[in-house]
Amino acid sequence: MTEGAPPLLELRGVSKVFGAVRALSGVNFTVPAGKVTALAGDNGAGKSVLIKTVSGLWEPAEGQILWEGHPVHFHNPKDAEGHGITTIYQDLALCDNLDIVQNMFLGHERRRHGLLDESTMELAARQTLADLHVTTVRSIRQPVASLSGGQRQSVAVAKAVMQAAKLVIMDEPTAALGVAQTQMVLELIKRLSSQGAAVILISHNLNDVFEVADIIAVLYLGQLVVEGPASEFDRQVIVDYMTTGQSSRAAAG
Amino acid sequence: MTDTIDDPVASGESPDGQPADATPASAIAPDQLVVLAPDVLAGSLSDYLRAWWKRIRGGESGALPIIIGLIVICIFFEVQSSAFLTATNIVNLFVQATFIILLGMAELYALILSEIDLSVGFVGAVGAAIAMALMGSPQNWPWWAALIVGMAACAVIGALQGTIITRLKIPSFVVTLAGLLGWQGVLIYVFDVDKGAVGGVITVSNSVIDDLVSGSMTPAAGWILLVVVVGLFALTSILRTSRRRARGLSAPPLSITLLTVGATGVAGVVLVYVCNLNRGVLVPVEGVPWVIPVVLVILVAQSFLLSRTRLGRYIYAIGASPEAARRAGIKVARIRTIAFALCSFTAGLAAVVYASRLGSISVGFDGGTYVLYAVAAAVIGGASLFGGHGKPIHPLLGGLVIATLTNGLALLNISTAGTDIATAVVLIVAVAVDSTLRRRGRSGAA
Repeated sequence: MTEGAPPLLELRGVSKVFGAVRALSGVNFTVPAGKVTALAGDNGAGKSVLIKTVSGLWEPAEGQILWEGHPVHFHNPKDAEGHGITTIYQDLALCDNLDIVQNMFLGHERRRHGLLDESTMELAARQTLADLHVTTVRSIRQPVASLSGGQRQSVAVAKAVMQAAKLVIMDEPTAALGVAQTQMVLELIKRLSSQGAAVILISHNLNDVFEVADIIAVLYLGQLVVEGPASEFDRQVIVDYMTTGQSSRAAAG
Repeated sequence: MTDTIDDPVASGESPDGQPADATPASAIAPDQLVVLAPDVLAGSLSDYLRAWWKRIRGGESGALPIIIGLIVICIFFEVQSSAFLTATNIVNLFVQATFIILLGMAELYALILSEIDLSVGFVGAVGAAIAMALMGSPQNWPWWAALIVGMAACAVIGALQGTIITRLKIPSFVVTLAGLLGWQGVLIYVFDVDKGAVGGVITVSNSVIDDLVSGSMTPAAGWILLVVVVGLFALTSILRTSRRRARGLSAPPLSITLLTVGATGVAGVVLVYVCNLNRGVLVPVEGVPWVIPVVLVILVAQSFLLSRTRLGRYIYAIGASPEAARRAGIKVARIRTIAFALCSFTAGLAAVVYASRLGSISVGFDGGTYVLYAVAAAVIGGASLFGGHGKPIHPLLGGLVIATLTNGLALLNISTAGTDIATAVVLIVAVAVDSTLRRRGRSGAA
């Protein structure tokens, strides 16, 4: 994993302690641009703590975060966002009463003469959705409340793209979706990374992980026990790492 | 397709970068793939109507159901009493409605936020009383200066209540309930302090404020104003629609725009015609009362603020999901405080109209009941109590319904008790329809 250019995001020896609980200890984690990195781990393994640290909600107790090779400190989510890190949480944070365009620009509205510039926003939103091949919505002026789960996920992703995110963190994006919808979101994740963005995918679903991930990292009790190209693992090895922190099968070597 | 992420907007006007086969190699069946925004491409009248019907079923009830309800109520009263559809009574009805409409428009700010403001009645009255006191003797301020001070007082009160609600995180219900009591006290205090107040009554001494309701424009001026307003409305909406179509943006079909303009024109002509009929008994009284264009101006201003500015967009966003708004970087507490200030400010305007109609404002001002009518007006008209929905047209329509009921039932010599019960029934029906549609919209339309 040592390449010429520095990776987009690198965590070095990051630890986070809550009282007596060591939620993360000495995590080394690398996220390259243009790749999907899956972060697997059992409940309580520290996945949430890790992404909240990356997205600026919590500051690490020890260790360093490097962004494009330079050390950075995220004091709050705004800092992380300023660097181009967008986190899509399970509940998606969309406003049901607003339409797709309005949601995609929420908090970042374009204005002309102090007034909302709906035309520009609509064109830009349409272009972004087209780039992501999101074509199932009937009208981008329909309220988000009328969309399916997968479509809502698409809007959330498009919103991240709209804000020129370099790293998109997706927390269990397919957890609540049916088969076809899941497929749609997985396609979207692939397309997102092929456009140059880095994606961190948090998922329990190993089917999803193996389908889209270029790199798989496994957290076990706050430690990153393994990280490597997805092709070097098989399902059983990942399950071993997730449940015991090691694998005797060790196909990855 | 690799660099688009850096600036997805730059490519906004050039769709040539798009691959010709925009069909994704996904698991979705091709027949499910609808071209993006078909209402742009296939924007026929029937398509539009179908989309519109879907929206109504989806909980976005438009204005039509309530307009139909209003017409039914009017027909009922006309059948029951020949005095109902007379110029005198209709104009009277409009004038009666203006206060509740404006108070409902004030309440709308709170309702969209999914909050409630129980203090609008008394807060408005405090502002109006201050303004009337400053205009009257012995202060004798110019009316506009007095009005500015009175309305500013309202805005400050609203900002104060909003600050308590947002910073101390106390439910708006509690804070404004305290306001309902407290500002009534302040109102009484204003009457105590004002030397011009006689027996707990401050008379409207300024002719401009007095003429707001009792004065009318000349019939000719009414027609000219109508032509100008409808003409401007037609011009801007047709231009806007065709410009959006030209740019390939979603826009209603031209026929819908023309229908809207036409309906507005017809309604305007009827309104001006009725108002221009002589409704005097001894001396001729004719023309559109000034308060009607004033209410329309406030309506347009509020619509503009809610739909075309960032502030308005954020008020809707917070009403639907404060968490989503917060994550989008919106300063939720500040926006909510501003909305409460706007609410109180508009309430002040409502109370000025109230004072103008009665020619005075008194300590007996029944702010506790009026606030309930204001909420009822907004909700009957189609605003939602669940937040995130509601337009200024809703309190307008709801206020008209309430005024029509009050007016008509009074003509039928039905007691206040009967009027209250009838209003309550209409309110329940309106809310039931609203919540049923909303439930269906959430579970059904996907």
